[in-house]
Amino acid sequence: MSSVQIRDVRKSFGNFEVLHGVSIPIEDGQFVVLVGPSGCGKSTLLRMLAGLENITSGTISIGDRVVNNVQPKERDIAMVFQNYALYPHMTVGENMGFSLKLRNASSDEINKRVKRAAEILALSPLLDRYPRQLSGGQRQRVAMGRAIVRDPQVFLFDEPLSNLDAKLRVAMRTEIKELHQRLKTTTVYVTHDQIEAMTMADKIVVMHDGIVEQMGTPLELYDKPENQFVAGFIGSPAMNFLKGHVRVNGVATFEGPNGVKLPLKNAPANSDGRPAVYGVRPEHFTIADDGADAEIIVVEPTGSETQVFAKVGGEQVVAVFRERHQFNPGDKVRLKPDPSLIHLFDDATGKRL
Amino acid sequence: MAVIAEPVAAHVKRSSLWTRAFESRNFLGAMFMVPAIAILILFLAYPLALGFWLGMTDTKIGGAGRYIGFANFVSLAKDSVFWLSVFNTIFYTVTASIVKFAIGLYLALLLNEHLPFKSMIRAIVLLPFVVPTVLSAIAFWWIYDSQFSIISWVLIKAGLITRYIDFLGDPWNARLSVVAANIWRGVPFVAITLLAGLQTISPSLYEAANLDGATNMQRFRHITLPMLSPIIAVVMTFSVLMTFTDFQLIYTITRGGPINATHLMATLSFQRAITGGNLGEGAAISNAMIPFLVAAILLSFFGLQRSRWQQGGRD
Repeated sequence: MSSVQIRDVRKSFGNFEVLHGVSIPIEDGQFVVLVGPSGCGKSTLLRMLAGLENITSGTISIGDRVVNNVQPKERDIAMVFQNYALYPHMTVGENMGFSLKLRNASSDEINKRVKRAAEILALSPLLDRYPRQLSGGQRQRVAMGRAIVRDPQVFLFDEPLSNLDAKLRVAMRTEIKELHQRLKTTTVYVTHDQIEAMTMADKIVVMHDGIVEQMGTPLELYDKPENQFVAGFIGSPAMNFLKGHVRVNGVATFEGPNGVKLPLKNAPANSDGRPAVYGVRPEHFTIADDGADAEIIVVEPTGSETQVFAKVGGEQVVAVFRERHQFNPGDKVRLKPDPSLIHLFDDATGKRL
Repeated sequence: MAVIAEPVAAHVKRSSLWTRAFESRNFLGAMFMVPAIAILILFLAYPLALGFWLGMTDTKIGGAGRYIGFANFVSLAKDSVFWLSVFNTIFYTVTASIVKFAIGLYLALLLNEHLPFKSMIRAIVLLPFVVPTVLSAIAFWWIYDSQFSIISWVLIKAGLITRYIDFLGDPWNARLSVVAANIWRGVPFVAITLLAGLQTISPSLYEAANLDGATNMQRFRHITLPMLSPIIAVVMTFSVLMTFTDFQLIYTITRGGPINATHLMATLSFQRAITGGNLGEGAAISNAMIPFLVAAILLSFFGLQRSRWQQGGRD
């Protein structure tokens, strides 16, 4: 186990820079999730950490060793690939023991370690099968087994669940988290799915267009997003954004589209008339007499909660209710955001106010 | 529904045998297969059967032969030239195939890397395959000429040898010369096919092996070779069959000489049957190739057949 330091790392392919100076400290034993939309550079960063891509500038260190010029095989890391990259001509056992075999471990030692990893992952009955004979979830577990057997300093996961169906993905998510709690190996996990990030991470790093937008614990990111991008990316359904102006005349309010009045707990200093973006999560709406006028468009019950799409000041917003309201399309209701849970962002920069 | 069904039934009853035949799956299926079967019989089965039959007769050009059983084979068994041609064919096939495989694999691995001018190099590699065989054979004939050989000329100018090499006059020189020509011609097929095979191997397997700690050599030994084995089996089977039955190169460069040192079974068969007029004996020599070819096919079929990991499904 080891800490990992990523310091001001840049990456260019030819003249095209995809990572513009990324710094991420990772503590020993931490589960860090790199999350962002496709093309944000998260997989490239992971591959640089693995040694599969060169580092254009900056440093990456594992433990207290700078690994910029260290061969992948000498970095003592194990990686789980998106397509699993299992060796099709080897059995499950051989796949898992391959790295030990390359290091000339004795066959007793290999057997022992493969068996132990197989027990952890419930793969024992499958050791003599070939990858082709396995289901997606089983292959995924073999890929993890191959990583565990190595007992490396760092685990790297590159979107490991994206090839699985929805149900299996949820199950594997729990399994990976449980595995980390058991082994406590430093883990860097790349995904584009913010729910995976929220549920698994000790620390989330939100990336966008080659920079780190914000890092922090899942709840920090949810409660205090530093900018509009993070606010919109974390949380499902996504946060509603309404453009308008801050009004401070006695009571602070937010004047939304078409003059709709929205409550503010307190306005930033000297911000009367300032153009801003009002952010409110769907789950922070309530039905109240002093709420904003809204017309219901679509109602989507999921059982545990109900998603309601409505028009507020001509803009579409989504609200989520745990209580069972009887709504029909076309109904007029009054939606009130909880003023202590709303977010204000600068209209031009998207930064949190 | 009943109202509609009745007229249909009446229609079927009234339809002719011809119409009914064309509505039958079995009859239509058979009809569609007729052209394929006709082509197979005309161009494959008939010549093969004729070849078998001729081998059992003493047919000569211009005269109908009689059935003489295995007499042709008995006389061939005592014919030292025939046995020399068998030896030559095996030597030619084994040597050329091994070298073609080695060079082809090397080129394929090279072309699979990121090289400058990759597509140009790939085109150059394919060149020997594109040139008509007879044309390249004539070029080799010239290269191997006892007086005008460019190889001898270069070596003499370089001061490495003092006399022109007699490429095609000495039995072993001649054998090795035609083997070299065959290798030159056969390498592109092996290289390009193996390259296609290499490109189907997922790069992430190499990355995984890299992280697992494999050296270049270990990656080749544990990933490339096993993943490539099905393609190797196919390409080498084809290569062996094509080399074993080679005719054009030998016939153009040496015509089987000197003193039958480069006669392959195919060229000897042609010489006895067409040039010499003994169709029966020539056919018998051709037929004698069949056991070797069948053995080669069976070897690759059983020895290199699809391994267990390639077969899909659950056990």
